[in-house]
Amino acid sequence: MSQAMMRVTVQRYRPEQDDAPFMQEFEVPYADDMSVIDALHYIKDNLDGTLSYRWSCRMAICGSCGYMVNGVPKLGCKTFLRDYLNTGLTVESLANFPIERDLVSDIGDFVEKLEEVKPYIIRQDAVSVQDGEHLQTPAQLTRYRQYSLCINCGLCYAACPQYGLNNEFMGPAALTLLHRYNQDSRDQGRDERIDIVNAEEGVWGCTFVGYCSEVCPKGVDPAAAIQQGKVESSKDFVMSKLRPRRSS
Amino acid sequence: MSKRKPYVKPMTASWFLNNRFHTLYMLREGTSVFVGLYSLILLWGLAALVKGEAAWNGWLGHLQNPVYIVFHVIALVACLYHAITWFSLAPKAMHLQKGDQKLTDKPVVIVHYVAFVVASVVIIGVVALGGAA
Repeated sequence: MSQAMMRVTVQRYRPEQDDAPFMQEFEVPYADDMSVIDALHYIKDNLDGTLSYRWSCRMAICGSCGYMVNGVPKLGCKTFLRDYLNTGLTVESLANFPIERDLVSDIGDFVEKLEEVKPYIIRQDAVSVQDGEHLQTPAQLTRYRQYSLCINCGLCYAACPQYGLNNEFMGPAALTLLHRYNQDSRDQGRDERIDIVNAEEGVWGCTFVGYCSEVCPKGVDPAAAIQQGKVESSKDFVMSKLRPRRSS
Repeated sequence: MSKRKPYVKPMTASWFLNNRFHTLYMLREGTSVFVGLYSLILLWGLAALVKGEAAWNGWLGHLQNPVYIVFHVIALVACLYHAITWFSLAPKAMHLQKGDQKLTDKPVVIVHYVAFVVASVVIIGVVALGGAA
């Protein structure tokens, strides 16, 4: 029996010789359990060794293999050829990020934004190691757990037209990470992060498209975190008139 | 020397047509145009009411025009579409949990629909009673 084949169209961009990306078609052997990164591996190993793309864990936890699959942000490891038999399969680099080479995006701006939101526990009171751990109840964990499951894959940025139109916007994952720390009972850094929340580029840059939550491969629901951030920002507007903030 | 030359894909004016989710989002936002126009027509009616009976009857006469009737049907559909999409998104704006379990979206959505039905019944009832009186 001859091996079934499937056509895969892949975006190519070689900065040293191309002025713009172009699409290239490849025929890859088809199997029911074949993922998009399996197909890309086949192309790189057998058809064109110059193809560049990011990948690592193959099990949806490293967040490296985000691509646009038929125009939808997807993880290559979690997306299977069998679901594209009728539509054909086109793989492009993540939307809204500059293309470095082929399927590799420059996500530097996203990583800088993640750092900007102070994604670590901030304490106002001095606690020494001898004082022991900060205890947390399961109910307190529930307040932020979902938002802590982000793998920084960037699919939500590729899904967000507001980030695409203006990348000054902090974007879904960074605002979600900010919300995650603000909701953590051990954290006391809310006042240090509130200026980012309140800014035009903060939660108010979001127009609640909601596609970020739709494409998130980990069920983090960034749109929810941002809308709750808007509630926090509104409360802060009123409260800041009544009480002075902790100096940051 | 670096051979880096990051390429930025331009975002065209028709970006929202490339993806069904984005198209529906723009449709949702677009409903505000009809809701806004409807509000202006209602304000015009209020102004006519203040001016007196002749102006009020003139406004009512305008509303008999098929163009206005078609517009109101479209505005009603737009308003309902906006309400339905909003009801489905509303749970995201709040975090509800019982003990250490996060509540599902369903109760919040149901409460919105119940409030919608109760408000509609009350308003239609008041209008019907007012008309009868």
